[in-house]
Amino acid sequence: MSLRRLDTTALIYLALAGVVAIGGIAVAIDGGNLFSTANLVDMFTRTSLTGFLALGMTLVILCRSLDLSVGYTAALASMVAATTMDGDPNRIVLGALAALLVAGLVGAANGAIVSFLGVNPFIATLGVGLIIKGYLDTEYKGPAGLVPTAFQQFGYSRIAFVPVSTLVMLALAAAGIWFLRSTRTGHHMYAVGGNIDVARMSGVRTKSTLMTAHILCGMFAGVAGLLLAARFGTGSATEAYSNLYELDAIAAVVLGGTLLLGGRGGIAGTVAGVLILAVLDTVFNVMQINPFAKDVLRGAIIITAVAIYARRQLSRTARRPRFAAAGTAADTGRP
Amino acid sequence: MSQAPVLAMRGIDKSFLGVPVLRSVDLVIEPGEVHAVVGENGAGKSTLMKILAGVHTADAGTIELGGRAVSFTHPLQAQHAGVATVFQEFNLLPELSVAENIHLGREPRRRGLIDRRAMAERTAALLSDLGVDDLAPAAKAKTLSVPRQQIVEIAKAMSQGADLICMDEPTAALADAEVELLYRLVERLRDKGVSVLYVSHRLREIFDLCDRITVLKDGERVTTVDTADITPDELVTAMVGRRIEAVFPEPLPGTETGEVRLAVTGGGNAQIDGIDLEVRAGEIVGLAGLQGSGRTEIAEAVFGIEPFTRGTVAVDGETRRITGPRKAIAAGIALVTEDRKAQGLALNQSVGANARMVLDANARVHSRARLARISGILSSLDLVSRGEDQEVQYLSGGNQQKVVVAKWLAAEPGVIVLDEPTRGIDVGAKHKLYAVIRSLAAEGLAVLLITSELIEVIGLADRIVVLHDGRIAGELPGGATEQQVMAYATGRSPA
Repeated sequence: MSLRRLDTTALIYLALAGVVAIGGIAVAIDGGNLFSTANLVDMFTRTSLTGFLALGMTLVILCRSLDLSVGYTAALASMVAATTMDGDPNRIVLGALAALLVAGLVGAANGAIVSFLGVNPFIATLGVGLIIKGYLDTEYKGPAGLVPTAFQQFGYSRIAFVPVSTLVMLALAAAGIWFLRSTRTGHHMYAVGGNIDVARMSGVRTKSTLMTAHILCGMFAGVAGLLLAARFGTGSATEAYSNLYELDAIAAVVLGGTLLLGGRGGIAGTVAGVLILAVLDTVFNVMQINPFAKDVLRGAIIITAVAIYARRQLSRTARRPRFAAAGTAADTGRP
Repeated sequence: MSQAPVLAMRGIDKSFLGVPVLRSVDLVIEPGEVHAVVGENGAGKSTLMKILAGVHTADAGTIELGGRAVSFTHPLQAQHAGVATVFQEFNLLPELSVAENIHLGREPRRRGLIDRRAMAERTAALLSDLGVDDLAPAAKAKTLSVPRQQIVEIAKAMSQGADLICMDEPTAALADAEVELLYRLVERLRDKGVSVLYVSHRLREIFDLCDRITVLKDGERVTTVDTADITPDELVTAMVGRRIEAVFPEPLPGTETGEVRLAVTGGGNAQIDGIDLEVRAGEIVGLAGLQGSGRTEIAEAVFGIEPFTRGTVAVDGETRRITGPRKAIAAGIALVTEDRKAQGLALNQSVGANARMVLDANARVHSRARLARISGILSSLDLVSRGEDQEVQYLSGGNQQKVVVAKWLAAEPGVIVLDEPTRGIDVGAKHKLYAVIRSLAAEGLAVLLITSELIEVIGLADRIVVLHDGRIAGELPGGATEQQVMAYATGRSPA
């Protein structure tokens, strides 16, 4: 099987190409054009929000953690941004910084609960998410704050068919790839996720690595919150968290080949995962597939993809077959 | 001019949950010395090493390194002070490369960023310094064989600029021939003036390699002697506090070789080929071979983990298609796996729960008699525990292995495959386990014994089947010489 030889990231981009090709053909048979400007804009617009959340999620999942609070964090950040800006273009920078700070603090809380209190990340971040939801629901009965028109450009303007927000997402993804590869902290995330005891014994500061991943994850959710605020023109909490964006983000990360058990994967794969989901959604949209069938298809595709990765890993890792199935000696030298 | 000792630990006390594990232990290691610490499991060797490595903190006592008092609360501090540890469980990250593993936590940087080229160059220099030239710094750790992973571990310790390298059971996972490589590494370290603290159960290595020996028993230091001043027998006596007469027990009276219970004909899969194997009731058949020769693969095929794709398997004369462990268990086959912590036990569950696991999962009827038998089995194996409610993770390695054996005996198998049953187990417990193996045979079980310690196959097996490169290279009677076994194992014919 030559597919086995490909590294996982290459395989995912191959899968992306396949999804684009099949989607394009399906839409064409249906009498449409998947690559019309309107459809491309739709496709890329879908990538930015999930993308921001998935980038941060990649970092925590690499560390064998998880963040279920990102949807709520984004909602909170959009609220903070909109109410701080309050329609005043001079307060855009202040509002954006405040949103990122708050989101980073939420991430820090998640990280502290996970690494210092030792609470399972699933429960810890679910709890933090619920706390934020409760706060937002009691404090804001409806939309609040106002986003200045200038900042709304972040949500709507685009260069050719690529929205600015998508470009920002891709730039952050590139930064993330560089961070994981070239900085010690990024590099150590793989070690912490691979085996936290080994990492600790090797002198890696495991708690601060985990904290960093969670803080960055929170801040990425903050960027997602800014995008939400720019799109809605106001802070709207329920709109933001009722869409369960965190599940999309996790799906994109896992589709992108990052191991849910940590220690393996990366942001390049996540970007492909995000793109795959966006292409699927656009295809479903153009073909006007009913929303329930759409969810069924999405679910089936995600499970299939992950099952394929699992099989690849099951193949008993590095053990090459010594004897071919027919019984002749295929390879007498051990690797 | 007398140099300060590399390490002087004095009066070390340590208790866990009120149970004293170390009592006023002293350990002094001179520069360039290879110093063995020996003792039965539970004697406190691992705890002593972990205190030295900064994993645990001593309750009382002092530690001096090169004459300076130190106290560690984190492994990093021990590393900075020049103490590196190669632990019993391999501590490499499979997804990272050799170079990345060696430099983990201390990656070389240029302008604040990881300098991958420097990392690769340093790794290559380090490996050639250790006399290893054929190990690629960019290779992922998971692609390396066990001895090579160990080289990487030692290189990692070296790169930490250690004055003292502690090795916990470094040869536990190695076949006899691979031990040579480790010897060379240790000698290389000694020549470079690095001291080595060597913990092992293999007496021969201790006598081959070590300058001095410290014996621990029940958390106390019994003695420290020059290797030249003690014989292996005396050492064993010091460790166990009693004299072990013959290392291997004779077959029990009444042991009779009966019908063929396990017969593999022409068995093969991706890793092994042309396996013809018969084990009779009451017979112990040893499988010998170097690391990677296919010993464990045969065990896994017989037990259905990686089933045979060619050939036939018959149990008690009946041909069976064994496609998974459940089928194997139903056919009356038991497998005591190589890695008891990962595959043999649920570590955070109790002795009782572990011992009942096979019965719980497979017995159609929960017979009261069978459950009652478990307590009997455990006590017949001389299990030392605080009762059946104790979690197995708190037992010593030897006692953990007894729990694994017990859970299989409860299912009353006809064929039992033992894969490295004595790995990481101290001399006294090994001896006890040898007696257990003999008694299994006496009860009419067919025993397939896999071990990388040649002396065990020679001393215990009625017949020895030697593997080389996935095939049977030859068969020898029990009591064959090590040279004969090694000849087949290395692909030659015995002279």
